[in-house]
Amino acid sequence: MLSRVADSLYWMSRYLERAEHTARLLDVSLQQLDQRPGDAQRRWERLLAGLQSTVADAEPLAITASLTFDAGRGESIVASISAARENARQVREQISSEMWEQINRLYLHVRSATMASIADEPHGFFRSVKEGAHLFQGICDATMSHGEGWHFIQAGRAIERAGATTRMLEAYVLDRGGMLTQSNDDQAWVCLLKSCTAYEAYCKVYTATIRPERIVEFLVLDAYFPHSMRFAAETVQVATRAIAAATGTAQAGRVDRLAGRLRATLDYGQTDEILADLRGYLATLLQLCVQIDAAIYQTYIAYPADQALSA
Amino acid sequence: MMSADPTAPAAPFARYQLGAAYDEMFAAPQRPRGHYTRLYERLLELPADELERRQTAADQNFLNQGVTFTVYGADEGTERIFPYDLLPRIITSAEWDVIERGLTQRITALNLFLRDIYHDGHILHDGVIPADLVLSCRHYRREMRGIRLVRDAYISIAGTDLVRLPDGRFAVLEDNVRVPSGVSYMLVNRQVSKRVFPNLFDHYNVRPNEQYGQALLATLRALDPQQRPDPRVVLLTPGVYNSAYFEHTFLARQMGIELVEGRDLLVHNNVVYMRTTAGLERVDVIYRRVDDDFIDPLSFRHDSFLGVAGLMHAYRAGNVGLANAIGTGVADDKAVYAYVPRIIRYYTGEDPILENVETFVLADDVQRRHVLDNLESLVVKAVGESGGYGMLIGPHSTAAEREAFRRQIEADPRNYIAQPTLALSQAPCFIDGGIEARHIDLRPYILSGERVVIVPGGLTRVALRRGSLVVNSSQGGGSKDTWILHD
Repeated sequence: MLSRVADSLYWMSRYLERAEHTARLLDVSLQQLDQRPGDAQRRWERLLAGLQSTVADAEPLAITASLTFDAGRGESIVASISAARENARQVREQISSEMWEQINRLYLHVRSATMASIADEPHGFFRSVKEGAHLFQGICDATMSHGEGWHFIQAGRAIERAGATTRMLEAYVLDRGGMLTQSNDDQAWVCLLKSCTAYEAYCKVYTATIRPERIVEFLVLDAYFPHSMRFAAETVQVATRAIAAATGTAQAGRVDRLAGRLRATLDYGQTDEILADLRGYLATLLQLCVQIDAAIYQTYIAYPADQALSA
Repeated sequence: MMSADPTAPAAPFARYQLGAAYDEMFAAPQRPRGHYTRLYERLLELPADELERRQTAADQNFLNQGVTFTVYGADEGTERIFPYDLLPRIITSAEWDVIERGLTQRITALNLFLRDIYHDGHILHDGVIPADLVLSCRHYRREMRGIRLVRDAYISIAGTDLVRLPDGRFAVLEDNVRVPSGVSYMLVNRQVSKRVFPNLFDHYNVRPNEQYGQALLATLRALDPQQRPDPRVVLLTPGVYNSAYFEHTFLARQMGIELVEGRDLLVHNNVVYMRTTAGLERVDVIYRRVDDDFIDPLSFRHDSFLGVAGLMHAYRAGNVGLANAIGTGVADDKAVYAYVPRIIRYYTGEDPILENVETFVLADDVQRRHVLDNLESLVVKAVGESGGYGMLIGPHSTAAEREAFRRQIEADPRNYIAQPTLALSQAPCFIDGGIEARHIDLRPYILSGERVVIVPGGLTRVALRRGSLVVNSSQGGGSKDTWILHD
């Protein structure tokens, strides 16, 4: 497979995941009710921190408008979906026509919306974005060959999701000076879970009792929940191994080592040790994600030509 | 309402008018030519709204398949459907035989001409064509001097525009021997017309054209300089913003070859490689749909992002084949065109089977004076342009446009030629619920590899505006399927 094609598939997937993540965060934050004055402001600050974003006017509607429609802002829904579509357009003959039609439809949908048109019922709009992204994933799984290209799509989504979940956790932990204490601020923790679509899944495992250390444990170490770090690490490893097998690349060792290390860090992580230095642990995970992304790029996309020629 | 008058045209043809131009369907009013009779009768049988329904179905087909082209100059590259007219254009076996022989003769002579001017230049020394005319061509490439090409294949793929004159003969209007486009529409039109007129298709003994992909691939494989048994062939596209991007993806898929952009390729030690996830893979033949100017920033335009740095060196070293070769544009320069009949006689010793259209070379003082005195009746074209850009159509021009062209011609006479306004032949087209006559041309595609192959047919382009003579897709033209019949 051409390196450029693999790169476009990987980024198409990452951008779409990014759009869905932003839509979910905004949706959750707009629906959250507050117990005390000041809660709302802290919630929106955490949301911005989780997206590594800043908005001059920290007023909820201004933040929503900016993170939804500001095309010049990489994390906005419109910018992410446009970038995903542009990547899909570059490899239109490599993806199924159903996939192209779905991403094009989603693009036209968000491009035609305005703040005025979604103001009455923002929830409906954000839900349509999330569903549009889910539909794309379903179509992709059902209509595209599960070969090398499909694995690049899986790897892109998992890396993006792992990074997004880690940053959300950081935003909530940093907010407390790195300390996890049982506070009466349950709503904030519920908000975190919902931001990762994890509230219902968490309750099934731990009941509705809100315990910060359990929330961290669930979002980081749960083996079965698709937005957990551990689940993402497994997906990354499966996908990168399939890519290595398909290409027979001798250079794949670095990707495999890093993906294996990320997975081991999560598979064999101990909750008490993790909580003892949560900040440091999250930073390690984030760094591994960045390294895997760079290693994929250097191994399959932008490898030095002289190195490939001497191999 | 159907008229009771037996001499009046039948309902669907009520608006059909015969004129000075050759009519493809009718020999005289209500008297279709033999090979059009069955189509004519079928059109009379069909209920009034049936054609409309089929046209809608065909349009929908193009839309769903994403068969589009991009119009330059409009808002940031608008994608449009190439309008398709559902009535086929029919050419008899005898007519096609002349076209096929004529085009084979022509491409053979043009390849010998290119070989000659980039090596010994016999034709220039013998004074058959002025040397300064050839050497001053915008598309003449000094870099090609003395390069030996496999099979002396300069032009591997040509798309030659033919028109039919009022007396029924075909003549060559222009040669397109750089990166001719449109063949995908020829193939898609056939897929659609088979669905639109299945019964008629069975009745007419139409020669197939779907083997074009295989024939093109065989032509390209023959260009491998190393003549390996299984060369790697790729199609080089300028990318998604190019007007013919659909065609590039279509042809790559038809041939089962990789569609690459300049950034996918690199040259190392004069060998071309493409960058894949499994490492660098050697490339042997490139079907390039990128113009000479943009193909190698080291040799040509250094601001090009579409090309491959060092490609020209690999080409000179004989490590990669290109279709078409660099520098073929000399042969479709519109001033050189005027000399093609002489070129054919010079190299083949035969008379041209297909004639040229009368052409005035404006670098010549006498011819220029004649043209400047008669601008309102002539068509003036810039020699190095294509796609209907840079043209003045005298009879449809304003005094201001003529004046602007007069100044351009006087400033740079070498850059222009003029031709009489041609009465292009007309054919029935389905327009606004009825059948009307529109002017058409024909672009067959000629492949020259181990031998010359012309897939029966071509792209019949239609000037959809009433009375218009401009068939280019960028200027409001459409197309129709072209049926070449068996004996």
